[in-house]
Amino acid sequence: MYTVNTDKHSGFVISQTDPRPLYQQVKDQLRHRVAVGELKPGDEIPSIRQLAADIRVSVITIKRAYLELELEGVIQTRQGRGSFVADNAQLGESIKEQELDSHLRAAVHTAALLYLTEEQLIERLREARRESQERS
Amino acid sequence: MNDVANHAFTLRGVSKAFRYFRLDGLNLELPMGQIMGLVGPNGAGKSTTIRLLMGLIAPEGGTIELLGRRIPEQVAEAKREVAFVADDMRLYNHAKLGWHMRFVASLFPEWDEAYAHKLLRQFNLRADQYVKGLSRGEHVKALLLLALARRPRLVVLDEPTSGLDPVARHELLSELMQIVRDDSRSILFSSHNTQDVERICDQIAFIDRGRLVDARDKESFLERWRRLSLEIPAGITLPRLKDVVDLTLGERLATLTTDRYEPALHVALEKCGARVTDVQRMSLEEIFVATVMRSRAQVQS
Repeated sequence: MYTVNTDKHSGFVISQTDPRPLYQQVKDQLRHRVAVGELKPGDEIPSIRQLAADIRVSVITIKRAYLELELEGVIQTRQGRGSFVADNAQLGESIKEQELDSHLRAAVHTAALLYLTEEQLIERLREARRESQERS
Repeated sequence: MNDVANHAFTLRGVSKAFRYFRLDGLNLELPMGQIMGLVGPNGAGKSTTIRLLMGLIAPEGGTIELLGRRIPEQVAEAKREVAFVADDMRLYNHAKLGWHMRFVASLFPEWDEAYAHKLLRQFNLRADQYVKGLSRGEHVKALLLLALARRPRLVVLDEPTSGLDPVARHELLSELMQIVRDDSRSILFSSHNTQDVERICDQIAFIDRGRLVDARDKESFLERWRRLSLEIPAGITLPRLKDVVDLTLGERLATLTTDRYEPALHVALEKCGARVTDVQRMSLEEIFVATVMRSRAQVQS
C-alpha cells in the first residue's frame, strides 16, 4: 500500500526502538527534509505543539529539537509568527557537509577503538571508496 | 497573578499515613500546558497521591493546590475544571452510554457535543450501547470519553492504558496529545507503561514505597543517565568515582552506570587507565529500575 503525503509536515517516523533519542530523530528528519530540498529556505514548519500532537511525542522533546536546530542555524523562530526554515540558500549543502563530518568523526572514533594508525584509517577510506565506485 | 496560576497543581510536604503504608513529605508540581507521568511499582503510592490531589482523602500534613484552589477546602470549585478517570470507576449498568453522555452534559456547561461524537467514532463505541454489555476496554474508553468531552483544564488518569488493546492505546495517546495543543490544558497520568510515559510526557515523577524518588523534566532525566562499557587493563583497580550508580566488574571488562553523565567522566576514567569503549543511553524503564534499586539500598543502609 502506498500513501502519498501531500502535507509536508506529515510522514515523520518516530520509533522507540531506534537507538537515537526521540529529540534526535525529530532533528535528523527535519534536517534531512531540508538537505534534500523537500523543505526550502523560508518554508514554514509546524508549531511545537502542533508537531507534538501530530507525531505523538512530548512537547518538551519537540521544543528541545527546535531549540537545537535554531542554534545550528537550520530554523528560525519568529516571536508570535511561528517557525521557518532559515533563509539561507546554501543550507541544504551545508547540512550535507555536516552529515559527512559527523560520519567521519564516528569513523575516527571507531578506528581509535581498533588502534588503527592514521595511514591505516585513510587506506580503509580509500578502499571503501573504490568498492563503492566499482558497485555503481 | 502569582506562581500558582502557572501550575496545574502543587503539592508541598504532603503526608498521609495508613495502617500499613505512609506517604511522606511529597513535593510535586506540574507546570500548565504539560503532561506528567507518575511512575511506580504496585503499591508505591501513585493512586494515593492522585486521590489526595482529587480531594478524595485529606492529607495529614502539607498543602495541596489544584488549578489555583486549596484542596480539600475548595475541591468543588476545582473539580468543575478537572476530569478524573480511574479504571475501577463504574457507570450505571442498566443505562446506555448515550444516557451517561446527556447526564454529564447537564452537569458541565463546557461539555462539547461534537467532540463527544468524534470520540465515540474514534473509540469505536455507540451511544445506544448498554453499559452492562461493554467489555473492560470499552468501559475504560467510555469513561475517557465522558471525561475528555467536558474539555477540562486538567485531566487526571489513573492507569488509563492498562485495560486497553494496542489500537485503543494508540488512539488514547493521540487524544491526550491533542489536548495539550492548547497550552492552558494539562494532564497527569499514572502508569507502569514506561514506554508510553517516555514518549508523551514532559515531566516524570518516580515514586516508590510512599516516597518521591526523583522528579524532573523528561529530557534532563534521559540526559543524565548513561551506561559506559569499559576495558580495564590487568593490574588496574578503579578507584571510587562519584556519581556512579552501579559498577559491574568482569575480568577485563566493566559496565558503569551514572546519573550525572558528563564528558569529564571519560577524562577521569582514562586517567585511571580504563578505556571507554561504548557509551549508551538508557531507556526510561532502565532508569526507573536503577533509581528504585538505589533508593531502596539507601533506605536500608
